[in-house]
Amino acid sequence: MAQTKQKRFILRTIILSVLVFAIVYTIYNNATKEKVEVLGIGDEAPDFTLVDLNGEEHRLSDYKGQGVFLNFWGTWCKPCAKEMPAMDRQYETFKEQGVQILAVNIAQSDFEVQQFASQYGLDFPIVIDKTKSVMEAYNIDPLPTTLLINPEGKIEQIVRGEMTEQDIAGFMEQIRPE
Amino acid sequence: MNNIICACGHENPEGTVLCGNCGRPLTKEAKNQKLADMRYEGTARRSQTYNKSIIDKIWNFFSSVKIGITIIVAILVAAAIGTILPQVLYVPATTEADIAAYYERVYGTFGKIYYELGLSDLYGSWWFQTLIGMLGISLIVASLDRFIPLYKSLKKQRTKRHESFMKRQRLYAQGENILGENSLAKSEEKLKELRYKVTREDGALLAEKGRFARWGPYVNHVGLIIFLFGVMLRALPGFYVDETMWIREGETRAIPEAPGFYLESKEFILETYDKATEDEVFGEAIDRVGTIASNYQTDVVLYKKPEEALPGQTDDLKEVKKESIQVNHPLKFEGYSVFQMDFRLDELKTMHFKLSNKASGETLGDLAIDLVNPETSYDVGKGSKVELLGYYPDFSGFENGEPQTKSPVPNNPAFLVKMFTPETPEGETSFVAIKQTVEPLGDNEFKLEFQNVDTRDVSGLTIRKDKTLWILALGGLLFMIGVAQGSYFNHRRIWIHESTEGHLVVAAHTNKNWFGVKKELDQVTEAAQLPPYIDQHDTEGQELKEDGEKSS
Repeated sequence: MAQTKQKRFILRTIILSVLVFAIVYTIYNNATKEKVEVLGIGDEAPDFTLVDLNGEEHRLSDYKGQGVFLNFWGTWCKPCAKEMPAMDRQYETFKEQGVQILAVNIAQSDFEVQQFASQYGLDFPIVIDKTKSVMEAYNIDPLPTTLLINPEGKIEQIVRGEMTEQDIAGFMEQIRPE
Repeated sequence: MNNIICACGHENPEGTVLCGNCGRPLTKEAKNQKLADMRYEGTARRSQTYNKSIIDKIWNFFSSVKIGITIIVAILVAAAIGTILPQVLYVPATTEADIAAYYERVYGTFGKIYYELGLSDLYGSWWFQTLIGMLGISLIVASLDRFIPLYKSLKKQRTKRHESFMKRQRLYAQGENILGENSLAKSEEKLKELRYKVTREDGALLAEKGRFARWGPYVNHVGLIIFLFGVMLRALPGFYVDETMWIREGETRAIPEAPGFYLESKEFILETYDKATEDEVFGEAIDRVGTIASNYQTDVVLYKKPEEALPGQTDDLKEVKKESIQVNHPLKFEGYSVFQMDFRLDELKTMHFKLSNKASGETLGDLAIDLVNPETSYDVGKGSKVELLGYYPDFSGFENGEPQTKSPVPNNPAFLVKMFTPETPEGETSFVAIKQTVEPLGDNEFKLEFQNVDTRDVSGLTIRKDKTLWILALGGLLFMIGVAQGSYFNHRRIWIHESTEGHLVVAAHTNKNWFGVKKELDQVTEAAQLPPYIDQHDTEGQELKEDGEKSS
């Protein structure tokens, strides 16, 4: 009798825990689905290659060992235009220390991007995501969005919205290789 | 734990109402009842048996039908309240902050509370999902606790029951054994004709049919649980996709949530019914309504990137197929379906200008600016050219003298150009927008004159993938089978005992449809000359408890 009782206790515990786990997991997944979907902090940053304004190809994995400041932007986006000169200034300081900026434009024409780059005198590489496939892979919603990728190629932080020059300096410091 | 030992010597677990072996009533209550309560065959609900540990207490909580009903009512009430204000999906705001502000602005304090409680996104709120989860646990636990004892009890039921059990059945007869030893044989013959399964055991006969009807509610519950499981899977990545994409004619775009797949729009087609070619009967309707669309279609090419290619590498896309997506004719590939959902007609694509002398009106030449891919310089001919200094696809005014664009879509294109002609080799600067020309550096001799535009259409497509569909279908099917099984079939049993005084005792039970079992018992009574039965329910006027197994 005691044995059946024990068996029943174990069985009930197992059934209840499986059910509770399933429910908690579902609710957790539903709650976080909208926000991160695929990418989270600590995940491997999906590799991609895009061509910059000079026709040069940039492959994310080629920058392993360097911190990558991956910025998604558009010329029509006001906060993007505001933070770009600050990014450029910090780039001058940090590029010697192994921090690279890749600015990914979302599917605009070469002309507009070129014009924007020369207007603001931007030195860092600007690539254009013509088919929005990189945007899709990174699940970028608001512009600007910036991903901080550490020298190991892992996502250190995801910044949605505008950054001040101080923020930018801080972030670059964060992904600077030792 | 105290087992109840019946007079027949059988040990029954605590909470048993009718002895599992002979059917004698075991509780005081049951002994005082004129009719036996045949719910779950009088077995003990399993959870009643133990109530010691915390796990047992949780188990018992979910085992209760009352709790189950309470959860269902709570879900219904929440769902009803969720219809009072529009759900998030139908609110003209996208970010969390905007949505919160919208509810408060439009619906006041009530709206704020509504939003805070998650009623604005009911199905997405954690507490609603918790309720559904609790309903799932309740279904499983309550079913297990009832199904297993019932199954065991029916499986090992004895042919011969105690007289007190027989007497407490609703249909009961007692009387002379007219045919003597032939009574049971005659009955058996008739019962078999009526497709009963008959067992006999020393002077006792049990005829049974339709036992599977008792499993209806449990089959039904299994269906519900499978259904809930399917819905649960939708939350996991890879099982369910419901995305939208806008694609312009000539564009190639990555398909959202379908990694490695690209779609190119060749053309969007909108066709309407034409009065001249349609049947005469439709003429009136066409006149009345105006234009009636007959076809929305996007001609597309589906591409897949090579295995080793990375996002962004789009030079060597492989064509998978060409297809015309129409309403109800989606493009299908690898579990995805792409549906035609929406469209926007005539977005600006190319603008045509002519360069002309303002005074003489003489034309120097034409140029066409492709808004998707503007060039830096346009050769107009005859030694004239136009240089593009700036392009503002959605011009929204000047800010500190700088032209601004509010989106990348060419809704209101504007250009800053420099025009070079043999007469003005230094160049003249002009800002050209629709219905507006500004000459910032003084009067020009030449101007760009707008001629016409080429447009293109935009298709709104929906991308769907649902790997849970067959699970939901299976759950639904089982649900319906369970309902049919429990509703259209009855579990009927007839007991006939030869009593020691040369009498016959007859009893019958069904879980529903007493009329049906009476009709069959009538036939057996006639064939075997059994004593006439009485419906004790009628004579006693006693209210029988509704059979709890019936309802799911």
